[in-house]
Formats: sequence, C-alpha cells, structure tokens
Amino acid sequence: MSLGSVPLKYKVSIDREQCMHCMRCIDNCSYGVFHREDDRIIIDSRKCTACHHCISMCPRDAITLKERPVDYRSHPLWTAEAREDIINQARSGKIILSGMGNAKPYPVIFDRLVLDACQVTNPSIDPLREPMELRTYLGKKPSRLEINKKDNGDVELLTKLTPNLKLDTPIMIGHMSYGAISLNAQLSLAKAVEKTGTFMGTGEGGLHEAIYPYQKNMIVQVASGRFGVDINYLERGAAIEIKIGQGAKPGIGGHLPGEKVCQDVSCTRMIPLGSDAISPAPHHDIYSIEDLAQLVRSLKEATEWKKPVFVKIAAVHNAAAIAAGIARSSADAVVIDGFRGGSGATPKVFRDNVGIPIEAAVASVDQKLKDQGIRNKISVIASGGIRNSADIAKSIALGADAVYIGTGALIAMGCRVCGQCYRGMCPWGIATQRPDLVERLDPEVESEHVANLIRSWTLELSELMGAAGINSIESLRSNRSRLRGYMLDEGTLDVLQVKPVGA
Amino acid sequence: MKKIEIDAKGIHYTPLNEMIREAVRDGAEEIVLNNVIGQRFIADGLKGDVTITINGVAGGDLGMFMNGPTCIVNGNCDHAPGNTMDMGTIIVHGSTGDAAAHSMRGGKLFVENNIGYRGGIHMKQYEEEHRPVLVVGGTAHAFLGEYMAGGLILVLGIGKEEPIVDRGIGSGIHGGMIIVRGEVEDEILGIGARKTDFGEEELEMITPYVEEFCEHFGKDPSGLLNMNYTCIVPASTRPFAGKYTWE
Repeated sequence: MSLGSVPLKYKVSIDREQCMHCMRCIDNCSYGVFHREDDRIIIDSRKCTACHHCISMCPRDAITLKERPVDYRSHPLWTAEAREDIINQARSGKIILSGMGNAKPYPVIFDRLVLDACQVTNPSIDPLREPMELRTYLGKKPSRLEINKKDNGDVELLTKLTPNLKLDTPIMIGHMSYGAISLNAQLSLAKAVEKTGTFMGTGEGGLHEAIYPYQKNMIVQVASGRFGVDINYLERGAAIEIKIGQGAKPGIGGHLPGEKVCQDVSCTRMIPLGSDAISPAPHHDIYSIEDLAQLVRSLKEATEWKKPVFVKIAAVHNAAAIAAGIARSSADAVVIDGFRGGSGATPKVFRDNVGIPIEAAVASVDQKLKDQGIRNKISVIASGGIRNSADIAKSIALGADAVYIGTGALIAMGCRVCGQCYRGMCPWGIATQRPDLVERLDPEVESEHVANLIRSWTLELSELMGAAGINSIESLRSNRSRLRGYMLDEGTLDVLQVKPVGA
Repeated sequence: MKKIEIDAKGIHYTPLNEMIREAVRDGAEEIVLNNVIGQRFIADGLKGDVTITINGVAGGDLGMFMNGPTCIVNGNCDHAPGNTMDMGTIIVHGSTGDAAAHSMRGGKLFVENNIGYRGGIHMKQYEEEHRPVLVVGGTAHAFLGEYMAGGLILVLGIGKEEPIVDRGIGSGIHGGMIIVRGEVEDEILGIGARKTDFGEEELEMITPYVEEFCEHFGKDPSGLLNMNYTCIVPASTRPFAGKYTWE
C-alpha cells in the first residue's frame, strides 16, 4: 500500500480581492508554487519553502502563508517532524539533508544571561561624548615586552611581534564559500567588510577574481579538500584559516554536488566542470595535534611568516583541550563554531544533534587557556548562532576576542532562513548559481545592508559597554563578573564561570 | 647558469627556506643543499624555474604548495612530498613516508623505491596543465589513491613479485586513474574502485612517464613498456549522489 502524501508544510493563499493580477508572484517563485491558467493564478502550496520572496515582492500584500495548516493528533514525543522524517526515510532509505543551523528547540544560553550596567557607584559612559575603543587585534600577544630606552627619551621595541589582524569592530563575517553561495552574495559581503573595516572568510571555495579587489579584507580558508588552494591564493589573503570542523556538522566533511560546479565555480575551486567537490572528514595530513602544528607551520612557511593562521574547530565536548593544543602550535587564533552554526547542506541528524552551544564552548576554552597561562598565545573567535549585538557582548564577556556572523549577514541580504540552500534555487540569489536568480542580488545595495547591520551592532555594542562603564572592548573580554545567569543550572553556571542573578 | 651551494647542517627550516628564497631572488637556477637532515617544508610555496638538489634526507612536506621548481632528493623523504603542489617536479632517489602527493593538483613526483600509506590521497586535476602524476618505482602501502579526484598514479613494482599487497587501493576514488604493473587482487581494491582493461591507449599514455622515470633513475624502460598492467578507476564519478534525501 502507498504511504500517500504527508500534509502540506505550508499553505499559500492569495486574497483574490486584493490581487491585481500583476503575476509578479509567478516570476518571483523559483520553486514553481504559482502558475497561470487563463487569467487565474493557480497555487501549488506543496512546493512552497516559506522563502517569502513572493510575499516580499507582492505590491498588494495579497499573499498569506500559514505553516502546518493540517493538524496531526498532538503528541509530545511523536511530533509531526518525527513522523514525517520516518515517512521520508521509509520511502527513500537515505540520509536526510538539511540547510541552515540547528533547528531543535534547545534552550538558548545567551537568552539566560543578562548583562550588567552601572548605577551610582561607578559612572556609566556616554559613547556619544566619550571615545569607545572597539578596535580589536587578532593574533598572538607577547607575554612581555623587551624595550630599550634611548638617551633622547625614545623607546625601542626589542620584542619581535607576530602579525595581527586589525579590526575596527569585533564583528567579522564567517566562511561561506563561492559555490555554497553566489558570487554576488560573496561580493556583497566583501564590499561590506571593506566598508566597515573588518574581515570575512572565503570558505573552501577558492577566491574568485571578482573578489581580488577586496583581498586585504579576506581570510582565505584551507580545508580538507584543498579546493582553490595554491600559493597565490595563500598570498592574497589577509590571514589563512585551516578548517578542521564546522559547528553544523562536527566530525564530517562536506561535498559540493557536481550540479553546482559551473564554469566559474570550477575555475575558482580548480576542479573539472561538473565534478563532485568532496572534502573528506579529516585532513589527511593531520592525524594528531602535532600534525596540525605542522600544517600551521607549512602555511606560515609558505607565506614567510607574514600572515596570521587561524584554526577553526566545531564546538564539541572536549573543545577546550583541543583549543589548548592549538594554542601551543604556531596558530594565531582559534575559531570555535557552536552547534547552531549555519550550513548550506548538512545531514539533519548532525545539524540537530552533534556538538555543544557556543556559549559553553567559548567560556570553557577561555578558562582552559587562562588556567594554562597561554591565553595571550592565541585569539578566540566565537561563531554559530549569533543573532544580535547582545549575543556579541555576551560572547566577548565569556571570553571571545571577536565573533563571526554568517546567517545574520545573509538575512541582511534577504535570506528568510527557509533552509533549502542545498537545492541551489534560492530565490534571493544567495545560495544559488542560477544566473537569473543571482542577478536579483545587487552587490551595491546588499553590501550596504550588510554594512548597516555591522554598523548597528557596533553602535549597540558601544552603548552596552558604555552603560557598563567600560570604554574598551579589551575590558569586556572574559569579564564574566559583568554577566549573570538567569534560570541556568548550577552545572552550566560553573562551566560559564558566571554567578546567578542576585548573587 | 648561476649555481649556489648551501650547507644545511644544523640550520632550522625557516632560515634555510629564507636562504633558498633569497638565492632564487638573486637569480639562482641551481641550488645544492648539502647535509640536509630532516628539515621540513623545503621549497614550501616556492615559485620559479630553479632546480634544487637535496643531498640528505628531506623532512615532511617537501615542495608543499610549490609552483614550478624541480627538487631532486638524493636520499629518502619524510611524509607528504608534493603536498598540495601546483606545478614542478620532485625526484626522490629513495623512498618516502606517508601521504606522498597529498592533494597534488599539478606537477610530477617520481619515487625510485617505495611510498608509505595513503599515497596520492585526494590528488585532483584541473584543465590540461594541472594533471598531477605520481610514479612509484617500488610499491605502496594501504589506501593508495584514497579519495582520488584526478591525475595519474603509476606503480611499477620493480623487483616485486606482487606489485601491491596492501588493501584499500583507491577507496573513495571519484576521478583520475591508478595503474599498477602486474595483477591486482580484487580483495585489495577499496570501496568505490574498480578495475578496467589496460589497452594501447593507456600504454601510450603512460609511456612518457615510464621513460622519464627510467631517465631519472638510470633504468632500462624496455621491460616496463608492455601490456602487463592493471587499471583502477572510479566505479562512479558521483560517489555521494543518491546518498541523501531532502528534508
């Protein structure tokens, strides 16, 4: 017997009174929800992904969308999702692929942390009048400085400093590869980081020629597939990042399906047209922490020790010990990607079940590095599920030097987190290589949106710091006394090294 | 031709590489490194048209990210010579450690004797000029050509009764070709690899590499240019297609 169809996920309807038959919805939906029969617009709700492109472009606000219009018998364990996943796998016998970050309703630690503000005993600072120092340097800091005082009063620095990245704001954009996202999307992000004095990652997709003008703001990635990696690529980047793991899929590699490897993606990744681009789970020259140190040094050596090298790991149970190992290599920063980190394509079982929250990971990494007296040897970058400036302030207070945002930057370009990135049909022109869709995204306009987001969050960050009487981001870093946990359990508070509210 | 000799005795790899780069900048076309004893990263990221002769044992990641030069090693190599190499030639008068030619995208690596585990892992190719070639005179350990995405691995098995006895040849291979002299048992093929016929076309394809190998190591190619080879290719160019269903 047939399993039949499952109920509609979304129900799309048109207010026929409002509709003026402009047919824009038909043009806008790349998934084919709308089509025309004579003078009537026919709706196939089953194809809808809730990407909202039709809704956002409808001049009459005539389109409505409802999630799960058909009820199941309610059950706390056998949710509609659990039932439908089983039906899907009973039909296919395959692994369920998903997009974007963890979609399970785990409690969000950020939302159970509150920030401090000054009242009376030490004054708050008005960022409008007082200088606020948000400049951030990423890289190794010497444990002490040797100086030589000259007779004329000048001071000569004898300690050899290692290269650092200089950021005007502690907000960077994380690695999303060309291939996973479109060139126009990458170009928008590149223009935005240039405007705001910060950096972005290339992902493991090489560096397209169109991005060369922004290379001084790019962190080039070296991952296990080594796609697009050659000496020129390494030399172009402001810094190099070795990707070991990704928060959305700890422990596994990635693969870009051959369908997405078009002419331009092929030459940027340096692989044949239409071939699968498979990044294995491990780097096959790294089987130990010593091997990782060797890969770090090989990149340093190739670029004559002029560039910082970052190592990105997924936040997993023993992230702190791994980070301590990374700090003892020649790496300059460790990126911790929490289990809410985004992804264009990830097996759902990994996205929703593997890894730990960034809040706990960054706090334990910072604490471990401090306990071992090596915190200065490495910068800590937090990423994975950062939604607003408060999350950034809390991340820094938990011990991060800076953050990577990903999904947030995409939402600033139109993304509505519909989670269908792996299908390559993104109607917003972000997660697609289809020329007609990519064309919809104007890098001039969208870069301004992304830059605005970074500017807004930077402003809010300085306000939050001012309220707490802090005028330098360095004084907020790892300053857990300015955090309190609200309704967090004792174990979690202990990991975070944060007191409960009222204490 | 400008020739420079460097005594590498007791020199750390960073200053050694600085000396090599400076010599290349000064127009050296031939650099001889004497007393090399395990220094890593020699010629790492080096560009240009220069021949580096390494007298001694080269450390790990020889010629990593290298683009153009030729390295001749009179001795053995530690692991991963030719790692992520773009262009150039590495000739090893000896054996190498594991992961030789790891992720190599172009250029050639000739090894007179044997290589370790995972040789040619994730080798890939791109257009005509970026087709990497790994030629091994002796034998290879397990997982030869694992995840291979392009290029050619040729194992000559000189002096061996069975060219390769270790398992996992071409596991996860999705591009390129592995050619082994003599017979290869089915049991030692990796998942995703299959054998095909070795024909005239393949013989013609490998002939220049066999001849070049013999030229480097002073061997006679006549006994090596026949039909006694096994070809190993991907069972599918899309090993992950069909593994997933949509959410």
